[in-house]
Amino acid sequence: MRAFQKITSRVIPVDRSNVDTDAIIPKQFLKSIKRSGFGPFLFDEWRYLDRGEPDMDCSGRPLNPEFVLNVPCYAGGEILLARENFGCGSSREHAPWAIADYGIRVIIAPSFADIFYNNCFKNGLLPIVLDATIVDRLFAECGPGYALTVDLKEQVIQTRYGESIHFDIDPSRKHRLLNGLDDIALTLQRADEIRAYEARRAQQAPWLFATH
Amino acid sequence: MTGKTLYDKLWEDHLVAQDPDGSALIYIDRQLVHEVTSPQAFEGLRLSGRKPWRTAANLAVADHNIPTKDRDQGIADPISRLQVQTLEDNCKEFGITEFSMSDPRQGIVHVMGPEQGATLPGMTIVCGDSHTSTHGAFGALAFGIGTSEVEHVLATQCLVQRKARNMLIRVDGKVGPGITAKDIVLAIIGKIGTAGGTGYAVEFAGDAIAALSMEGRMTVCNMAIEAGARSGLIAVDETTIDYLRGRPYAPKDELFETAAETWRRLRSDVDAAFDAVITVDAASIRPQVTWGTSPEMVCPVDGKVPDPTQESDPVKRESIQRALSYMGLEPGTPLTAVNVDKVFIGSCTNARIEDLRAAAEVVKGKSVAGSIKLALVVPGSGLVKQQAEEEGLDQVFTEAGFEWRDPGCSMCLAMNADRLEPGERCASTSNRNFEGRQGYGSRTHLVSPAMAAAAAIYGHFVDIRSI
Ligand code: SF4
Repeated sequence: MRAFQKITSRVIPVDRSNVDTDAIIPKQFLKSIKRSGFGPFLFDEWRYLDRGEPDMDCSGRPLNPEFVLNVPCYAGGEILLARENFGCGSSREHAPWAIADYGIRVIIAPSFADIFYNNCFKNGLLPIVLDATIVDRLFAECGPGYALTVDLKEQVIQTRYGESIHFDIDPSRKHRLLNGLDDIALTLQRADEIRAYEARRAQQAPWLFATH
Repeated sequence: MTGKTLYDKLWEDHLVAQDPDGSALIYIDRQLVHEVTSPQAFEGLRLSGRKPWRTAANLAVADHNIPTKDRDQGIADPISRLQVQTLEDNCKEFGITEFSMSDPRQGIVHVMGPEQGATLPGMTIVCGDSHTSTHGAFGALAFGIGTSEVEHVLATQCLVQRKARNMLIRVDGKVGPGITAKDIVLAIIGKIGTAGGTGYAVEFAGDAIAALSMEGRMTVCNMAIEAGARSGLIAVDETTIDYLRGRPYAPKDELFETAAETWRRLRSDVDAAFDAVITVDAASIRPQVTWGTSPEMVCPVDGKVPDPTQESDPVKRESIQRALSYMGLEPGTPLTAVNVDKVFIGSCTNARIEDLRAAAEVVKGKSVAGSIKLALVVPGSGLVKQQAEEEGLDQVFTEAGFEWRDPGCSMCLAMNADRLEPGERCASTSNRNFEGRQGYGSRTHLVSPAMAAAAAIYGHFVDIRSI
C-alpha cells in the first residue's frame, strides 16, 4: 500500500451532503474484475452528460461544465472537501478505488459512512473528520488557487492563512498509513493467537467448525 | 455491575486479541462471497501466494449480475459473464463451495445464507456487501466489508475492528393490520435518519419485533445499514431456533439441541446499558412510501409529498428540492395520487417466501393495471421460487399479468438487464432509492411487498388498509 505522509494540494469542494457510493462510482463499473482504472469514472453521472459504461474512452465524452471536477481550477486536486455522511450506501471498495485512482489522497468532511471510512485506509486514502463549523469555513474559503497542507505525522492541516487545524486519527491506522503497511501481513504475524482462539472456540461451539 | 448487551457478548466471544489503542482482532466464523466484490480479493491472494485460512468458512454464490430469464442461454453481457465466470474459477481454484447459476440453491446471498442454515446465531458473519446486516436477525454479528477486508478474511479468518457503540431501538406494542416489517423499518429510518445509526450496532427489540417471523426480522435488519448502522441485531428466541432446525448447514440432532441451548443465551441482559435508546410506538406506524432519493425521505401513504418551503434548515430544504426535481414530484401531492410505471417485488429485503405470499394475497384474482409497463416478481432464491410454485403463487402472479422470474438481485440495482428507463417510476420492495439505483434516471419508491402489489393493481400507490 502507498504510504502517506504530507501533501500540499489544491482543494476540490463537493458541496453536497450524503454523497453516496452510487454517486461516487455508479454500479455499471462494479462489473470490472480489476482494481484500477476507475478514476475517469469518478462521479460519473455528475461529471458527464452522457451515460458512462465500463471500458469507455472518457476523453471525448461531453462534460457537465457545472460539476466541480470539470472546473479547471479544481481539476487534479488531491484533497476533496465534502459534507456530512460522505460515502454512504454500499460497501463497494470501488468508491475509494475510484477516488484514489483519480489522484485524491485526502477527504475532509464533518462525517463519513462507516464502511467507506474503513475502506479509505486500505487504499492509502486519509479521511479526516473535522467539526462541521470548520468544514463550513473551509468551504467558504475554498476557491480558485486555494490549497491546504495536510501533515499526517503532526495530525495537522495548514491553511493558506497560516491557520493550523488539528485532526484526530486512530494511532494504529496512522502508523499503517504512514508506513504503507499491508494489513494481512500484520495479522498473519499473530497466527498463533488465531490458532489458539480456534482451539478454544471449537471446544465451546464445535458446530462452528463443521467442514461442509 | 451492569449487564451486557447482545452485541457485547458477540464481540467478546470473537475477540482474538485486544490492542491497547482500542483496535481488536476479531474472529470471523462465516464469510459469504459473491461475484462483484471478490475478484480483486482473490487476485490479491494469488499475487501474494496466500491460501484461504479456513476454506469451509466460506460459501459463494453469484447474484448481482445474474440474468432472471432465459438462463439456459447463459449471460449475454460479456462483462457480467466474465465476472460470474471469474467467481466460479476462483472458487474452484481455492476449493470454496459455490452454488452456480443452475443450482436450485442459488439466490441472493442474504437469502441463501439463512435458508441454508449457513447463518447461525452467535456467529460473526461478513460479506463484501453492506446488506450483510440482514443476518443479524439470527442473533449473529453480521456486517458488510470492503474487498480488501474480504481478502483479509480469506487469508486470516480475522478482521481488525473497533468496537461500535450500542443502540437499542425498541418497537413497543402491536402494529395495526396491514403493517409489515418493511413499514416498521422505514418508519424507524424516517425517524432517526440515514446516519442515525452510524457508529452503532443496533439491536431491535420490543413486542412488535418479537412478533415478527424470521423473514420479517431479516427485512428489519437488512435495512439497518440504511440507518447508517453496519449491523442490526435481534435476540434469539424460539422463532429463531425453529427456523433453523433441519437446515442443511445447521448442526444436526443432539448437537443442534446443545447449540440451541447456547443460542438461547444470546440476548441482552435486562440490566445492559445502551449508549442510545430509541422507542417507537408500533401502533402509530402506517404503511410507508419513500418520496425522495434517500430512504429517510419517507412518509405514510396517506401523507403528502413534502413542501421544501416549509423546511427552515437551508441544507435540508435544498436536498428536498433536489430530490423532488429528480423524482419529478410536486410538493403537496398526495402519495396515493402518484402513478407508477413499473413494479418490482424482489431483493434481499423482500424476496422471501412470506413476502411473496403477502404480495400474492393482494394480487389474487385481480389484474395489473393497463398503465403498468412491467410488473416483476423475482424470488430471492431458487428454493424460494420452488416453494412459491408449490403453493401456486407463480400462477397468481402470472395470471394477474406479473412476470415470474429466476432468482437474483435484478432490479434492486439494475446490474443485469432488469432496469428502469430514465424518468420511469417504480414501486419497489428493495432497500435503496438513490439516484440512478434502478437504472440511469430511475425513480424509486420503497414500499412493502403488499403495497407494491397494490400499486401494480391500481397503477398508483394505495393505502393497503383500505382494500
Ligand atoms: S438484492 Fe440489492 S441490496 Fe440485496 S444484495 Fe442484491 S443488490 Fe444488494
